[in-house]
Amino acid sequence: MFQVSDYSVAYGQSDVIRNLNLSIKPKEIVAILGRNGMGKTTLMKSLIGMIPSKEGSLTLDGKELSGLKSYERVGAGIGFVPQGRMIFSTMTVSENIETGLTSTGERKIPSDLYSLFPVLDEMKNRRGGNLSGGQQQQLAIARALASNPSVLLLDEPTEGIQPSIIKEMARTLKQIRTQRNLSILVSEQVLSFALDIADRILVIEKGAIVLDVPVAEADQATITRYLSV
Amino acid sequence: MFADYSITELTSIFAMQGFAGLILFSVFVLMALGLAIIFGQMGVINMAHGEFMILGAYVTYLTSSLFAEYLPSVYGSYFFIAMIFAFIVTAALGALVEWSIIRHLYKRPLDTLLATWGLSLILQQLYRTVFGAREVGVTLPDWLMGSYALSDSIEIPINGLFVMGLTIFITVGVALMMQKSRLGKQTRAVVQNRPMAAAVGINTEKVDRMTFALGCGIAGIAGSAFTMIGSTGPTSGQLYIVDTFLVVVFGGASSLIGTVASAFTISQAQSTMEFFLSGSTAKVLTLLTVVGILMLRPQGLFSLKIRR
Repeated sequence: MFQVSDYSVAYGQSDVIRNLNLSIKPKEIVAILGRNGMGKTTLMKSLIGMIPSKEGSLTLDGKELSGLKSYERVGAGIGFVPQGRMIFSTMTVSENIETGLTSTGERKIPSDLYSLFPVLDEMKNRRGGNLSGGQQQQLAIARALASNPSVLLLDEPTEGIQPSIIKEMARTLKQIRTQRNLSILVSEQVLSFALDIADRILVIEKGAIVLDVPVAEADQATITRYLSV
Repeated sequence: MFADYSITELTSIFAMQGFAGLILFSVFVLMALGLAIIFGQMGVINMAHGEFMILGAYVTYLTSSLFAEYLPSVYGSYFFIAMIFAFIVTAALGALVEWSIIRHLYKRPLDTLLATWGLSLILQQLYRTVFGAREVGVTLPDWLMGSYALSDSIEIPINGLFVMGLTIFITVGVALMMQKSRLGKQTRAVVQNRPMAAAVGINTEKVDRMTFALGCGIAGIAGSAFTMIGSTGPTSGQLYIVDTFLVVVFGGASSLIGTVASAFTISQAQSTMEFFLSGSTAKVLTLLTVVGILMLRPQGLFSLKIRR
């Protein structure tokens, strides 16, 4: 349902993503692994429309999204959790989540969001900037879920977060997938996390997918070789 | 300099000058509100803000003339209608300017500075052509004339009180809107992080246009209030724009309370010192103090305490 074909992204003359193809089935969790500088974040940012793509198409349920603005893509059903979380730090937790409601036209935060992240309910009226890293990550996910996406993009969600919270996050993401019937595309550097949550593992190198395996067949040693510098 | 006056005289002087300062404060706050919203939101320094205010003043003048001509029986209520017209007209012009000029110049602060300055010259000439170079004034309705005598030597003009009340009402309204309404929340999100705001589903271009229009509309209301305390000419707006920038920078561009506090400080200092010293000495002293304080606190008087 989420289909990226012959997709290229460039900064000026330098191509970062070259003719990339990937597809995600409904309710599938796909992890993209790769070293620094291989194009993970560029891919994610261009899928949500922060960076324009140069060539190729991007469709969600048959609808072409590649020429649309970010907010139109969110309206079409893409949710985005950026690297470094980028919550609105001067706004309160509930206001942060409310910004995600813009495209749905809802006014009240659905209560199931708070039941997914009870800690956010406790901290509703605190400013986002005063939350811990792990709490900010949950806030960023809740904000993205508020727009009711059918595909959730997460860019390095484990960055700078302690191991016990990472485990909990893997559990939450899987729970979200079953509760809300959505697909998840997550870029990662931490192999154990990727193996834990994903149904399928992709490895990106120099802007192209070089490995695409179901997690059951994934060979740790091979993937580690791709990831080691 | 105080030696020539008796204690009671001094008290009266401070009270009257303080009150005159409050009227100046009202115009500053209304001007600065719009300017701070636009600057905080888009990083655009709107040099034509004074001309937007004067547009509001001219609209008020036109409305009052219309009322005097056709509806003299209800002349007393012209001001409220005029204020709404002033808001609508200036907001519409603001939206038009944003759409035709400003949106092409985001991320180019110097170019917007130049473009809006050029716009201010164009508007000034337009006013001169349409309304003439002579200053125009409105006739205040009866209920706004006169003054309360608090004591033998202290008198407080009613139109001043009215302008202050109006300022408080609008400031509270804007504050509530920024805090509670959806547009307010979206605006704050865009201010914080524009690409991210778009990536959670906010139409940032629409928010920009609405915010710019709102800022200009408030300037229009400031213009309405301005007609009560001064006469309107093509270049009257320019006199206020520098002071207003001072207010915005001194208060901290992102803080509404800061804007109000700094407008209060600057207008009171200005007005009280003007009585005892010459106007320009008063201005020099105010500027020096503000520069000194800004060297110690570059972020302005008020800023939020959070992790960045």
